[in-house]
Amino acid sequence: MSFCTVENLTLQAGGQTLVDNLSFCVAAGETLAIVGESGSGKTLSALSVLDLLPPGITRAGGRITLDGIDIAGATPAQKQKIRGGKAGMIFQEPMSSLNPLQRVGKQVAEAMLLHGKFSRGGLRGRVLELLTEVGLADAPRIAAAYPHLLSGGQRQRIMIAIALANDPQLLIADEPTTALDVTLEKQILDLIAAEQKSRGLGVLLITHNLSLVRRYADRVLVMDQGRAVETNSAAAVFAAPAHAQTKRLLAARNLAPPASIPNAPVLLEARDLAVKFPIFSGMLRRKTGEVAALDGVSFNLHAGETLGLVGESGSGKTTIGLLLLRLIRFQGEVLLDGTDLSKLSGARLRAMRRKIQIVFQDPYGSLAPRLTVGEIIGEGLTVHAKNLSRAEREEKVAAALRDVGLPADAKNRYPHEFSGGQRQRIAIARALILQPQVLVLDEPTSALDVTVQAEILRLLRSLQERTNVAYLFISHDLAVIRALSHRILVLKDGKVVEMGTAEEVLGAPRAGYTRALMEAAGV
Amino acid sequence: MPLSPLWQRRTKIFRAHRRGRFSLYVFAVIFVISMSANLIANDKPLLLEYRGNLYFPALQPIAETTFDPSFLPTAADFTNPQVQAAIRAHGWMVWPPIRYRYDTIVWNAGSFAPSPPSARDWLGTDEVSRDVLSRVIYGLRLSILFGFGLTIVASIIGILAGAVQGFYGGLTDLFFQRFIEIWSGMPQLFLLIILSSIIAPSFWILLAFLLLFSWMTLTGVVRAAFLRARNLDYVRAAKALGVADWRIMLRHMLPNAMIATLTFLPFILSDSVTLLASLDFLGFGMPPGSPSLGELVSEAKDNLQAPWLGFTAFITLAGILVLLIFIGEAVRDSFDPRKTQ
Repeated sequence: MSFCTVENLTLQAGGQTLVDNLSFCVAAGETLAIVGESGSGKTLSALSVLDLLPPGITRAGGRITLDGIDIAGATPAQKQKIRGGKAGMIFQEPMSSLNPLQRVGKQVAEAMLLHGKFSRGGLRGRVLELLTEVGLADAPRIAAAYPHLLSGGQRQRIMIAIALANDPQLLIADEPTTALDVTLEKQILDLIAAEQKSRGLGVLLITHNLSLVRRYADRVLVMDQGRAVETNSAAAVFAAPAHAQTKRLLAARNLAPPASIPNAPVLLEARDLAVKFPIFSGMLRRKTGEVAALDGVSFNLHAGETLGLVGESGSGKTTIGLLLLRLIRFQGEVLLDGTDLSKLSGARLRAMRRKIQIVFQDPYGSLAPRLTVGEIIGEGLTVHAKNLSRAEREEKVAAALRDVGLPADAKNRYPHEFSGGQRQRIAIARALILQPQVLVLDEPTSALDVTVQAEILRLLRSLQERTNVAYLFISHDLAVIRALSHRILVLKDGKVVEMGTAEEVLGAPRAGYTRALMEAAGV
Repeated sequence: MPLSPLWQRRTKIFRAHRRGRFSLYVFAVIFVISMSANLIANDKPLLLEYRGNLYFPALQPIAETTFDPSFLPTAADFTNPQVQAAIRAHGWMVWPPIRYRYDTIVWNAGSFAPSPPSARDWLGTDEVSRDVLSRVIYGLRLSILFGFGLTIVASIIGILAGAVQGFYGGLTDLFFQRFIEIWSGMPQLFLLIILSSIIAPSFWILLAFLLLFSWMTLTGVVRAAFLRARNLDYVRAAKALGVADWRIMLRHMLPNAMIATLTFLPFILSDSVTLLASLDFLGFGMPPGSPSLGELVSEAKDNLQAPWLGFTAFITLAGILVLLIFIGEAVRDSFDPRKTQ
């Protein structure tokens, strides 16, 4: 008997059907994963289980029963009992789902008191017990802390504790690890799996990450544009995907590695890079020590090849990207074509900038919202190719748009009219219009859907083959790194853990940390 | 020259904004009328012919002796019936629609000043027996010019100050912030009273003085927008492209601050108009005798038996402020990229 049953659910907003005739059920002790791209309706389906749909979206049809209670006919009081009582929910963003002004212990206790299952007496003991259960070893200290003092992983554990506070029978996890590092991701999902086993929970896991599904889900429901296109056991889906969309999702994670480039000359040489921040303490704010974001990192980048920089957040990989562009201060030297970048200033630095360009992670933040796409892409030309006439500049912008596969009329439109993947194409066009020798790609695909990710990776690869630009590809995801990199550098806490060709590093990883990353990425 | 598609869309949104468009038309009419105040309300003829010669008395001073050698060699007073008779004898005159300047005394308005509206003085006369309509037209010109002047200069200074603070941050920001805190603590009104006891403030002195304090309105907003923007990826991307600091501020960061700025502009403009009116009301504004809306309000307060003064002052001031705000709203909407789709 399933605890949660959804039959023929249809959700609509303003005449548009967002979820169409969707049915699924979650039994006690099983994990059902709903997989799909953004906009496929997977989160809405999950929210509708607890009747938490955002305003403007209406349930046009269908029946949802939780523990025998029909959600459509439930009174507000019944719904409140179900929410948090019989079904707990974990959200994507641990940074904003806790109240910043309350100690976390109090927030967990509040969740326990809400449903009247527990009395005030002995509450503190039970809160600490629960925090220990979700893997927070130093429970008394954590319970007394405010959310901002905790890391993302710790916060997500608190969210799990709150979701589990009233012994629910169903746990809804809406992309619970998207905002977390790969190794943390594994820990959190292991925790959910362990809780599921010990409590006999039904888990509804919403995700776009197929490698998670393979390891943690019993059954998979693949959604595309509001419809369930395939429902099957996880093993069957991965062994023999039936629907085209499922195949597309799977193929997107399995791009073949690039062909190697023999005897490419060294283009960029980085020696002993270090970035240190002083620690001030005491009344007089005297410098008492240093934190090294980056310490003694050296590497070479060959013309036309991709060097993959992989590591968790805080490993210093983004720092390397920023320092190559001289956007932050650093020690050490960077030789590009024999010129030391770290010693340039003024006009010579500006002239050098056209040789190294960057594409940022967030496609929504990296394009000036009030400039048209044509202005954004053409800006580099106005700085570095002042002698171009207006018509020549327009011509180059049009060519750049063509190169990245965007229509010519895009140049008069604003960035917000484009999707994430298209925006990333604009950012790539902006960087490549100056014909740089090195392009720093700072997690250019991590904010995108898997299938869009694959398109961008293919685009980057074809651009590299044509223009012979060298990429410094930064990512935490080894699956993405593998698809593009000739050589890989693994970073941890600002130090190089392992460096070598892609076959060496991925084929026979020497460091335990590399193996952990590989396991987390499902490579 | 054809407009770029972007500007076409902006003007289209503005045109679609009915209230704003209507306000703009009304304001434009008021603006044109008040700017040509000299040609609409004047105590001199616009054009006269005398013994075959053409004269433009509204534009050039003409000696009385031109018309009769027995008159005094001073500038001709065309309201004088003798002068009028002398001219009519040998030529003709074209008068403006309102035959009074803001400071012309209406001699035969009635037994009491202020006198009520009549066919000759449409809005009546004030307590010194001057034509109210003429004073309103001249007063509007003064208020609008003063408001625009103060708003434009104060906004430019304010935006520059905010931009520098936000872009460079750190110590620059710290010192600038403290300076603004101290500076804004200065008692503006007392300083103005002291100033007006030393010299009689003219238009320009008053403008410069108010500028000292009113530039700070926008600084905070612009600073906040720049502080937020300076670590955004697209600003970093521009730095990585080698774009110069001032150009980053102008092209990448200022547009961010522009919505906030444009939202404020109509309010700053109407604030400036209100500020001038209230200073005039208190008697610390323009020199006495200037055509000011504030002085009209003050006279209305002193002459409650003459409600045409109060109604005129209220409708004029409220009308101009409402129009400015409606126009501002429409401009703001048309610059909003979310609507420019």
